[in-house]
Amino acid sequence: MKHTISDLEDIASQVRRDCLRMVHAVQSGHPGASLGCADFFTALYFEVLNHNPEFKMEGVGEDLFFLSNGHISPVWYSVLARSGYFEVSELKTFRKLDSRLQGHPTTHEGLPGVRIASGSLGQGLSVAIGAALGKKLDGDKSLVYALMGDGELQEGQNWEALMFAPFHKVDNLIASVDYNGQQIDGPTEKVLSLENLQAKFESFGWHVITSDGNDMAEIVKALHYAKSLTGKGKPILNLMSTQMGYGVDFMVGTHKWHGSAPSNEQLETALGQLKETAGDY
Amino acid sequence: MKKYTYTEKKDTRSGFGAGLHEAGKRNENVVALCADLVGSLKMDAFIKDFPERFVQVGIAEANMMGIAAGLTISGKIPFTGTFANFSTGRVYDQIRQSIAYSGKNVKICASHAGLTLGEDGATHQILEDIGLMKMLPGMVVINPCDYNQTKAATLAIMDNEGPVYLRFGRPVIPVFTPEDQKFEIGKAWMVNEGTDVTIIATGHMVWRAIEAGEQLAELGIDAEIINIHTIKPLDEEAILKSVKKTGCVVTCEEHNKFGGLGESVARLLTTEYLAAQEFVAVNDSFGESATPDQLMTKYKLDPDDIVAAAQKVIKRKR
Ligand SMILES: Cc1ncc(C[n+]2csc(CCOP(=O)(O)OP(=O)(O)O)c2C)c(N)n1
Repeated sequence: MKHTISDLEDIASQVRRDCLRMVHAVQSGHPGASLGCADFFTALYFEVLNHNPEFKMEGVGEDLFFLSNGHISPVWYSVLARSGYFEVSELKTFRKLDSRLQGHPTTHEGLPGVRIASGSLGQGLSVAIGAALGKKLDGDKSLVYALMGDGELQEGQNWEALMFAPFHKVDNLIASVDYNGQQIDGPTEKVLSLENLQAKFESFGWHVITSDGNDMAEIVKALHYAKSLTGKGKPILNLMSTQMGYGVDFMVGTHKWHGSAPSNEQLETALGQLKETAGDY
Repeated sequence: MKKYTYTEKKDTRSGFGAGLHEAGKRNENVVALCADLVGSLKMDAFIKDFPERFVQVGIAEANMMGIAAGLTISGKIPFTGTFANFSTGRVYDQIRQSIAYSGKNVKICASHAGLTLGEDGATHQILEDIGLMKMLPGMVVINPCDYNQTKAATLAIMDNEGPVYLRFGRPVIPVFTPEDQKFEIGKAWMVNEGTDVTIIATGHMVWRAIEAGEQLAELGIDAEIINIHTIKPLDEEAILKSVKKTGCVVTCEEHNKFGGLGESVARLLTTEYLAAQEFVAVNDSFGESATPDQLMTKYKLDPDDIVAAAQKVIKRKR
């Protein structure tokens, strides 16, 4: 381990503060799933990924990460900044004119750490598969990671990608699903139920593991376990249960915070529940 | 310059929501579909009164277009609702084959068009949708200018057999057209008669053209302002009549200069009556995150930009 679990939890707390402050400052953006995925992102960038903050697009010999549900950009930007890709102070430009921190992540402004634009849902898994195939062609043994939303899985392109990866033995790929059960119009079960996701993925030929994405020890363990499963002929799917808004009592578990910003008072209350551990930007 | 005033500002998407609700009352064949954006598309009133005629398809726009096409077969009139990008580019071939080529009576209703959705940025700000949709044979393309006009347009397309693309937006803007207007598809609306230059505007740019017209009047320039809410079929007669009078034209749209209203006007003028033209449009660029006002300024869609374009084009008059 590069960090203790409690160190990682401290970082995740700071990341959650960053997310809320970024969204609050411009009164727009997506706090819900950003908070829910803060533990995953922290574990990934501070513990699991073999990566170099001196960013190079090609990422030769490095693990690559692709965010398909681009609306949770706040959590990614915070973790990229806090792990050295760019100055933490740049977080204050989020969603503002002429910023590299666009509402949805993009390569267009050259932000270090981002290798593809996302925001229009359902496209990231295909891109991650392409990047993983590229690594195989180059004999590069490092891995490719991807994250998708659960509502996002309603997009048909995901299922084209889900069919492709096992058939082509893309076994250097670890895809995670942010299984929070929420989307914009309500609980996923009410909007368009995904039914038995695990059985679906397995029937497509993935090696499926499940995890609790809001338990730092467990998510670290799950990602290390996922790593140990690579190179065995199957892509790996981490079905990761999270709670939207995790870490702030009045935001937990509801789609209401999918894409709305906290007021001044709400921000204050929320920050009161999250330790400042690495200094606010 | 004719005086235009307004007492309130509203978003055009709310005009769509109100129109859809009214359409549902008037015609029981009207069915609404949405892809996880009910609140953004203002469909709540329709859903409340006609829950059995609402279809929530989830985040699956391609499936939505196919289902809409299929619903027309029993005589339903489907209105699909999602953001403009996901209503067009995302599902272009589904629209092309199952709706346009098949001649199906689907109303593709698209919110958050253009730059003015603001902070979400370029992935959501489509500036190519007018071009994409006007190129489809038989597709009617409409971009109304305020709440009242959007509501009236939503009702008018219900009664117009055939595929329609209805484009509207997110920000609140002045409501300046009459509440009880009759919306005639393909018929230009004369905003102000003038003699020195023709300003043709669509969507959110119409109010900006009025503001520009007031500035031009102070500079002694008498602008004729025309609202082209229907980009296809284009009201060629109205445009030609005006340009024959003024001898020059400025086109204004919240869209890429390639493929938009301006190019439709240019095609008309080069074939029927050659005249100088300036384009107030986005200059072959994606958008970005910022407030709507900041973006309209950065991408040169302000009233000042229309004034400058008018002054420039007058110098090149035939
Ligand atoms: C193609 C496409 N359709 C619609 C949207 C609008 N949209 C943004 S996020 C979202 C809901 C996503 O749900 P989920 O993947 O579960 O993410 P969560 O709500 O958990 O953040 C929708 C419909 C979009 N960005 N892209």
